[in-house]
Amino acid sequence: MRPIRHSTYFSTCLFLLSLCFAAGAWAQGTAYVSSEKDDALTMIDLGTLAIKGTIPTCKRGRHLQLTPDRKLMLACSDSGVADLIDPATGKSLRRIPLGDDPEAFDLSPDGQTIYVSSEDDAAAVFVDAATGKKLKEVKVGQEPEGVKVSLDGKTLYVTSEVASLVHVIDTASGKVVKNIKVGKRPRRMAITPDGKELWVTCELDSGVTIVSTADNSVLATLKFEVKGARAQDITPVGIQMSRDGKRAFVALGRANHVAFVDVAARKVTDLVLVGKRAWNVALDKSEKRLFVVNGLSDDLTVVDVPGARPIKTVPVGRVPYGVVVVE
Amino acid sequence: MRWPVLAIALLVALFDSLGSARAATLKATLISPENDPRLDRTRLERAYLGHAGGPAADGVQVALDEGSFELEAAGATVALAPAAAGSPEAARAAAQAAEKGGAALILTDLPAAWTLAVADAVKVPVLNLGASDDSLRQQDCRPRLYHLLPSERMRADAIAQTLVSRKWNKLLLLVGPNAADQQRAATAQASIKRYGLQVVAAKPFKLSTDPRERDLANPLLLTAGNAYDAVWVVDSDGEFARGLPYRTVLPRPVVGDAGLVALAWHAQFERYGAPQVSRRFFKAAKRPMTDRDWAAWMAGKTLLALATAVPKGPNAAWAQALAKTSVDGSKGVTMSFRAWDGQLRQTMLLTDGQGVISQAPVEGLLHPTDVLDTLGADAPEKLCKATR
Repeated sequence: MRPIRHSTYFSTCLFLLSLCFAAGAWAQGTAYVSSEKDDALTMIDLGTLAIKGTIPTCKRGRHLQLTPDRKLMLACSDSGVADLIDPATGKSLRRIPLGDDPEAFDLSPDGQTIYVSSEDDAAAVFVDAATGKKLKEVKVGQEPEGVKVSLDGKTLYVTSEVASLVHVIDTASGKVVKNIKVGKRPRRMAITPDGKELWVTCELDSGVTIVSTADNSVLATLKFEVKGARAQDITPVGIQMSRDGKRAFVALGRANHVAFVDVAARKVTDLVLVGKRAWNVALDKSEKRLFVVNGLSDDLTVVDVPGARPIKTVPVGRVPYGVVVVE
Repeated sequence: MRWPVLAIALLVALFDSLGSARAATLKATLISPENDPRLDRTRLERAYLGHAGGPAADGVQVALDEGSFELEAAGATVALAPAAAGSPEAARAAAQAAEKGGAALILTDLPAAWTLAVADAVKVPVLNLGASDDSLRQQDCRPRLYHLLPSERMRADAIAQTLVSRKWNKLLLLVGPNAADQQRAATAQASIKRYGLQVVAAKPFKLSTDPRERDLANPLLLTAGNAYDAVWVVDSDGEFARGLPYRTVLPRPVVGDAGLVALAWHAQFERYGAPQVSRRFFKAAKRPMTDRDWAAWMAGKTLLALATAVPKGPNAAWAQALAKTSVDGSKGVTMSFRAWDGQLRQTMLLTDGQGVISQAPVEGLLHPTDVLDTLGADAPEKLCKATR
């Protein structure tokens, strides 16, 4: 699907969409996919698993996340802004400046502060979500990537791809309190719902480093193995945990698989074949379906979670990056 | 040049002598040629692919600067000292002086013979950043000599693999007049043979406008009379090769030293965080990052990896760790040194100078242990007799 070529088609879609919302038939919701080379979000209908339209947005959209009030927030690396989009209307509400080359971000639990990794400046930047004012800048290792706020909002974790560190930052003071050495090229993070463990995917380490949030020590390293793939081809990036914290879903990059992990046992239970360079993942509300973005095959694989098998592959934009499900 | 680094090194040395330093400082010396002809202004301006774009110190320094956080977290320090040499003897003396001064590693951006003189003069490991000669990885290899820059054979293998994957099997080989060209042509021929390609004709060329030598100098005459899928040009100088694409009798691509060239790096590489690396380099050095700059940057990354892995040293521990170390070079794979010849195994980029067209190893190629070892001399060939 090419981005926004047919604005009439697009508005027809929107029109239909609003009609259907009125009729209550579309309650199933939408998966939104960002792609680096389209300057648009692609919308996939959860009922039909077909593309139902695109939303024009800022340039080189990457990290996509829901705000606490259920709006879509997309960081655009080339525009240096976050686009705040209302999923109900598909319209941009406002754009928030994020500085040069923002890559990933997370929000404080109250949604008032955006913590963003600025790849070019090697910094974690604190931005006031309401005014777009830069509140603080914390210097970190080169190529900061993943950003995660603790459940209580007091601690910020930022990965540095080059330094292979997770920086632990006190959000109140903006000070780095600890640098945790993890595997090579740390990318993304997930926190267990009990807040006790931080899981860090390490792209060039074919694994996940598991960190204790209590004392910032490394508890364990989980290494992935895929039959027929060598360690150097297993490059984990995206990660999400189930709401009960029992399972984690990790995209294995060039190994073209997504791994289901038993969190307590720290063991892989299933491997599901998806598209090329599986990048980021998202679960739907029922946690029955997993959406996996494939960066090098320009598509998204829908995975049936109970059956651990792929259901459908949907072509999306060029170099897709992130996915969020709204129901 | 690089006074701050020197000053830091001196300060740290002072600290050491007071016996109060906690972590040891990893000292390294980079030896470069005096009045380096590769860095002549006119040479740099031409910016031939695969040629130096500036001093090697730039790349090493960028790596060390970006590692400050990592070093601090590990409580480690690295001190880099520059040295210049005008002859192999001077290079040897500089290396010995550095070793005496406590250097844990020597970095060289020198011609092959000079590199060898350095490797034979010291007991510490030597990181070769500047010499791509196969001889240093084969008959003249040394137990403590490591190579960051890909060998000529790796470059030739990368091109041959690409040609195979395109099914461009029939080749016209054009070879330049100097001694390096003869050697590199032999390397190209070996890669061509290994991958089952065919040379329909091999011809020498000469840079000339003399009408009596037009058969040797005119691209149209040189490329006439044969049927081929591609022209492989071997031209270490670069001027003839640059003028060859679009001037062949048949509408066929040029590969080798112009057209499609296999390199360790190109500033337009888009994947695996490469743009950030190229951007950092450009910010610091005010010029695009070349393949040689990448090799220098990787040497800096290697120093960082050693210092953070074994913050306390001493030199012997770093030397030991080097053989097993792996470094992230922003090409999407972890890279390590081959146990048999000290060459850094790595992905090669195929570039036309505008962007990166493809990568090698090509997709679908298999190898019993590591597909990166399809590029360059592999273990079973036993071309390096030195025990490491």
